[in-house]
Amino acid sequence: MVAAAAEVKLLGMWASPSVRRVEWGLQMKGIEYEYVEEDLANKSAALLRHNPVHKQVPVLLHGDRAVTDSLLILEYIDETWLGMPLLPRDPYRRASARFWAKFAEENCREATKKAFFERGEERSEAIEQLREQLQRLDEELEGKKFFGGVEIGFADLAVGWMAFWLGVSEEVAGFTVVDAKKLPRFAEWMDDFLRVPVIRDNLPPREKTVEFFRYYRDQQLAAAAAAAK
Amino acid sequence: MDQQPPTAFDLELLGSWADSHTHRVQLALKLKGLPFEYQEEDPLRPSPAVLLHNPVYGSLPVLLHRGRAVLHSVVILQYLDETWPRGRLLLPSDPCDRAAARFWSHFADDKLAPSVAAVFSSCPGDGRKAAVEQVHQNLKLLEREMGGGGAFEGRRFFGGDEIGLLDVVLGCGSYWLAVFEEAMEVKLVDPEAFPRFHAWLRDFEEQREVRETIPPIDKLLEYANAVRQMMLGGTADDNVAVN
Repeated sequence: MVAAAAEVKLLGMWASPSVRRVEWGLQMKGIEYEYVEEDLANKSAALLRHNPVHKQVPVLLHGDRAVTDSLLILEYIDETWLGMPLLPRDPYRRASARFWAKFAEENCREATKKAFFERGEERSEAIEQLREQLQRLDEELEGKKFFGGVEIGFADLAVGWMAFWLGVSEEVAGFTVVDAKKLPRFAEWMDDFLRVPVIRDNLPPREKTVEFFRYYRDQQLAAAAAAAK
Repeated sequence: MDQQPPTAFDLELLGSWADSHTHRVQLALKLKGLPFEYQEEDPLRPSPAVLLHNPVYGSLPVLLHRGRAVLHSVVILQYLDETWPRGRLLLPSDPCDRAAARFWSHFADDKLAPSVAAVFSSCPGDGRKAAVEQVHQNLKLLEREMGGGGAFEGRRFFGGDEIGLLDVVLGCGSYWLAVFEEAMEVKLVDPEAFPRFHAWLRDFEEQREVRETIPPIDKLLEYANAVRQMMLGGTADDNVAVN
């Protein structure tokens, strides 16, 4: 067990939603940490040593331990620093939070990626899938302000990338899935989520993010076109 | 069918006899000594009960506890630990060890299992070679973690002296490695290339609760072959040796 007082470092990248998610969690719990910006085109020795399997950010370094995968990092910090719990106490509600986190992280991300990078039929199918997924999230918000209830919790942090980065993706790739009329609860949740101070004060600059994602998309599309030849 | 009287623990499991994710939950319940009712489901034709309790995915297993659904095997296993915290626990107590158990469980489901499935659906030749190589790459990562400097160095099981969450997750799926090896005549778990993984798997399979949970391998082999026939369009004469 590493003492909670040991030094905490976060290896991250400014535009990454997974990294911000960890920062939201750390700040909600009042954990002091040092942030280290990684150049993903030139990954540091530390990053490669501590995440040899996926070689990705975020990586949390706590004393001599390394934890990877943003949702696992949130669970780790919740279990190490017991104040301001991110996950609810009740086992059934915890299971529900983990379910929606998995849904947002796997299904919604996958569909958004496809809508963002693909063309033609694959793209339209992905957009349709994303619309259905958002419908599910909208229904889950019935009678609740946040996925966590009255305040944001683990599930909100997991879904949270959609409140900001989904809009960026829509703008860059030219599609629309968030229709406030069809998804009234989800649209309201997005606004409420972004208004929470710890979230509001921990987002990348929008224009810069749009620019970055545009550049990244152009690069990936060019690479795919070259590979297809 | 006669209605069984509800158990004192009010647990019902909807699953499929050949599904490794169902085995995980059955094994966990057995290890914890939790009685439950079991309902056999057809994974290809979800019953109204499955669709009611798992509207988003329609998949198995579904654990019902006092009528409320808990979904996804790894989520279910943690739910069992958290609901019965005084019984036998599957997750270790140290947060870093817990993170490692969860990380490698996700690796098992997100990387290892799909790579094994890719071998299963591959055609003989370069495609199969590449698919087998991918499985080996994934097993190498795990093997390394079980060795010097790794998170699981020197342990009999991933959970320590007794099997835990990661053992259940990896172990229940690993049966399929043996099944595919026989069905496809490929070597996936070479004891020389993966001595620790191989030794762990043999040890896992010997555990009483595991033997009582996982169906006989010849039945699984029959099932796997039938699935493969269906996937390949039901052509006969598919027993082509790997080059």
